[in-house]
Amino acid sequence: MAAPAVIGLAVFVALPFLAAVVLSFTDERLGSPLATRLVGWEQYRRVLADPLFRRALLNNLYFAAVVVPVQTVAALGLALLLDRRLAGRALFRTLFFLPVVFPMALVAVMWVPIYAPGPDGAMNAMLVTATGGGWSPRDFLHDPAWAMPALMLLSVWQGVGLQMVVLLAGLQAIPGELYEAAAVDGAGPWGRFWHVTLPELRNPLIFVAVVTAILAFRLFDQVRIMTRGGPNGATTTVIFEAVAAAFDRQEVARGAAMTALFFCIVVAITAAQRRLLREREGVG
Amino acid sequence: MNGKAKPRWPSWGAVAAWALACLLCLLYVAPVAMLVVGSLKPDARVLVEAGSWRAFWAAGASLANYRDVFARVDLGRFLLNSLFITASVVVLGLVANSLAGYAFARLAWRGRQWLFAGVAALMVLPFEAIAVPLFYGASLLGLRDTYTVQIVPFVANGFAIYLFYSFFLGLPRELEEAARIDGAGTLRTFVTIVAPNARPCFATVAILTFLTQWGSYLWPLLVTAGPRVRPLPVAIAAFYTLPPRQWGDILAFGVVMAAPVVLLFLLFQRAFVRGVATTGLKG
Repeated sequence: MAAPAVIGLAVFVALPFLAAVVLSFTDERLGSPLATRLVGWEQYRRVLADPLFRRALLNNLYFAAVVVPVQTVAALGLALLLDRRLAGRALFRTLFFLPVVFPMALVAVMWVPIYAPGPDGAMNAMLVTATGGGWSPRDFLHDPAWAMPALMLLSVWQGVGLQMVVLLAGLQAIPGELYEAAAVDGAGPWGRFWHVTLPELRNPLIFVAVVTAILAFRLFDQVRIMTRGGPNGATTTVIFEAVAAAFDRQEVARGAAMTALFFCIVVAITAAQRRLLREREGVG
Repeated sequence: MNGKAKPRWPSWGAVAAWALACLLCLLYVAPVAMLVVGSLKPDARVLVEAGSWRAFWAAGASLANYRDVFARVDLGRFLLNSLFITASVVVLGLVANSLAGYAFARLAWRGRQWLFAGVAALMVLPFEAIAVPLFYGASLLGLRDTYTVQIVPFVANGFAIYLFYSFFLGLPRELEEAARIDGAGTLRTFVTIVAPNARPCFATVAILTFLTQWGSYLWPLLVTAGPRVRPLPVAIAAFYTLPPRQWGDILAFGVVMAAPVVLLFLLFQRAFVRGVATTGLKG
């Protein structure tokens, strides 16, 4: 009974994974008439020495360093807001969740006019209004300093509803007695938040942060569609570089080495998560 | 942000929270409103009016952009491609992964434990980690530009197996034992007794698979060369770079692409939210 799925996983997940490792130690190029040679760690050496790939790693780190805290805190804020008995709460939840079902390719395309250069661009116009004219309009997607933050914002827009729903479920699982006990002990709203809500939400928060961190390293669709890694490498990412190597330039071995490095990062993040969760069990 | 006071709160706090929620919601929905409104406007006015309140108001709205986009590219074909690929992966995946989940949860067979450990280990593997060798293999086997290559590799899914497995573990055994006593075989027991009791789990897996496949961009970008088997995400990215860049048409394309999944979401909202909240994963 398990055979179809297990065979499917073996052929389409386990085998390609092993193939990726083997491929990354060769000099294989698609369509190259030359015989494939084993080159040891050469691909890894070249990839790690490539300034564009280093930039990609840094960009992924930058993205994770901003988006993980911002999106987690935003999701927590929204969850706390919607955990109240708010009029129209179901409608709010629906609307905040809606972008989650939008494909990222669509989100990328529909945000391009929002980031349009000049004072007519929606984001520019909004910032001009918000700063009382202090903002000078710019071309977000072609500005080395602003292209990455622009990608971050739309990614948070698409993703925060998902995290909000996870945290909302966590909030609703907190027993009311804990709040009552805290209130009896004289805790105000802040005290209850710090001493009841946050500790009780620890696991969902770790989970949300880890999922977001992994997504930050998988960053690809928005980059490929909106900026093509530019301007000047400002938005390139590990997966963008891997696709550029394997697909655009047919250098599959080099692409495989990049995705192998990507896999190591994901494993490290997952291991960190396990550790954080275990610490909790040790204490509690 | 104010702390939460579950039992009761002063009414000014409730009002402030409500006003804040409204404001955030307006900002949040603005891009979606601009998408829909823009798709109804003449192309030339989309960008010009994007920076004012007119971005949310389509005076003299028409469906001309929708006519244009269907005339300029084979949008119907892309839509059917996406529907066919997504539906195939969802249906085949539900069958294969639920059976596997059941076999791991309930049946005794040799190698079950270490195979399950393997399945659990593969769950950590993001698709990006295996995209390059899969692309390489598909190229060598001449399978690029087919439906098969977009469907078959995604049917078996470790995470789906795991969700079914956990759900089946939680079902009371008595149900199945009664069926067994009546002489039903394993498969029959599964189809008539277990599966009908696992509807929420089937719904969760179906929704997660649907969202992932409908939005899938990286893989079809690698393996589709032309419009024949191309799904919507790759098609919209290509259409957006197709000169002349007419924003009304592009946004109309976007609305067509979002409509099926938004419709499903509005119809099965509870299942969507529950599915995503319990698993926290998408894509």
